[in-house]
Amino acid sequence: MKLKRYYPIVLLAGVLVLIQLLTLITGTAYYLTQLTMAAYYVVVAVGLSMVMGYAGQISLGQAGFFAIGGYTTAVLTTIDLTKQINRPFFAFLDNIGLLVHKVTLYGDAIVHLTPWISFILALILAGIIAYAIGVPVLRLKGHYLGMATMGFGIIIYRIVLGTHIFGEADGISNVPAFPILPGITIGGDFSIRVINYYAAWFFVILAMVLLLNLINSRTGRALRSLHSGEDAADAMGVNTAQYKVKVFVIGAVFAAAAGVFITHYNGGIGPSESSVTKSVRYVAIVAVGGMANLWGVLIMGLVLNFLSLRGLFGVYDDAVFGIILVVIMMFFPDGLFQPSSLNRIKRILRGK
Amino acid sequence: MANDVILKVQNLDKSFGGLHAVDNVTFEVPQGFIKAVIGPNGAGKTTLFNMIAGTFAPDSGLVTLKDKVLTGLRPYQVAELGVFRTFQNLKLSSHMSVLDNVLLGRHTAGTAGFISGMLSLKKSRIEESDAREKVLEILEWLNITEIMNKEVGNLSFGKQRSVELARLLAADPEVLLLDEPAAGLNMHETDEMASLIVKIRDQGRTVLLVEHDMSLVMDISDEIVVLNFGQKIADGTAASVQNNREVIKIYLGGEDD
Repeated sequence: MKLKRYYPIVLLAGVLVLIQLLTLITGTAYYLTQLTMAAYYVVVAVGLSMVMGYAGQISLGQAGFFAIGGYTTAVLTTIDLTKQINRPFFAFLDNIGLLVHKVTLYGDAIVHLTPWISFILALILAGIIAYAIGVPVLRLKGHYLGMATMGFGIIIYRIVLGTHIFGEADGISNVPAFPILPGITIGGDFSIRVINYYAAWFFVILAMVLLLNLINSRTGRALRSLHSGEDAADAMGVNTAQYKVKVFVIGAVFAAAAGVFITHYNGGIGPSESSVTKSVRYVAIVAVGGMANLWGVLIMGLVLNFLSLRGLFGVYDDAVFGIILVVIMMFFPDGLFQPSSLNRIKRILRGK
Repeated sequence: MANDVILKVQNLDKSFGGLHAVDNVTFEVPQGFIKAVIGPNGAGKTTLFNMIAGTFAPDSGLVTLKDKVLTGLRPYQVAELGVFRTFQNLKLSSHMSVLDNVLLGRHTAGTAGFISGMLSLKKSRIEESDAREKVLEILEWLNITEIMNKEVGNLSFGKQRSVELARLLAADPEVLLLDEPAAGLNMHETDEMASLIVKIRDQGRTVLLVEHDMSLVMDISDEIVVLNFGQKIADGTAASVQNNREVIKIYLGGEDD
């Protein structure tokens, strides 16, 4: 029973290898870039699926957490510490190997924090902010909660757009690559495209394993019970307020981790990543995937993000996700991967 | 009455605006008893229940479980102390399977947290298999094993009641608060429910129930509290309550007054 849970993971790994080999044979390795980015967006989506689909708590501010991750690492790994290097604290960081010395294209020597530190700080920061927001806001239900989380997303968007240190409308560029392990570096260089593809999907698999374990555990069951029966969960001894905040924090940390990796992969981040339309896009992906269906969300997250990143939707990109959300809510509220939805699609295709 | 008192309700009082829903009610529930709370509609039975279960706080008064004060605790904290309730109109996780619903009953028996669950640590796995073992026993005892993989929302009302009771038993409760356990059941199902409640009592558990079905109450209750307009008007064995003049008056009408 336990191992069965992981069969689809093995299948996914096989498909991923197959895709990579296909791009190699057909000479379309450039697809890997979008597949890599799509992977990181999938991490955000499955985290949100946990919050929205399983625990039933809507969040329209997920892009805000993504941006907190991305901007934290962008700021911390681009600030030049050359002038501070002699201060005891920074000298100490340098001695234990947490600072990176580099020479820029223009020949200037710069010193910056290693991405490992900014990565960890980004996750902690996102977790703390999610907790601080979650405690008051998760007392709200339904569309009130939706509005409050959307308000949070708008605040983050306006902060990064209006603050000098976050690069205002330009965002932050020249973010260095992130050497995670010897031989594995998260970055956009063509020479490491394949390894980045696998690294990104490794994170997806890691996220899936963690969440699949969670939903089949004591805590996961308590979370799922929140969705349709908060009173029942409460009566059975579930501290509902605490569980809601915890799952919200998990979703936020997943989003922030994805934000960190994609920022190092792209070498920068811009304010649009934190916009409300991005948050709506995550919600649309979770909805079309079937809310409480991690695999459905993964598949739709991959397909839709890939198509979007390939520019298939052109200038109507955001509109497409809006339409998807409307259509799903109206006709397939349980997502596409439900027997009832599939029958409905068949009927529509046959002309009723 | 040799049994120790397990649950004590002292001077419980609650008003909603101008309505005095529960008016200075005091009674005791001896360990291992079935005690029923009866009374006409609007007598304050459910309000009383909600205050014991922590759904809302009384304006004044005290509820204690042995030497622990329940007043002021949230429902999940009351549950953690071993007092579990059912609901008149059933509160189940309708999108979850019967098995998952009943497994939720094991929540307070476990301690594995989010990290343990996500990493599927040994502690989490052991708790999970222990919980399953216990739950399967209960499903078998209640004769609902064959529906364990069905989604609860698709079951008949009677079956849903069984699931709710199974979930309650999974928690290994010391005190069961049953809010109209026979509501919505037919006569046959009501009889089955009655014998189940007696069996549960015979396991050494204490049952406090609110019920409209008089024959059920009279048949199985060790003691009965009668409420009318929020006040306690009688408290004792079925026989003594049946012969109480005031009780007869509210149930059969008060022409002789």
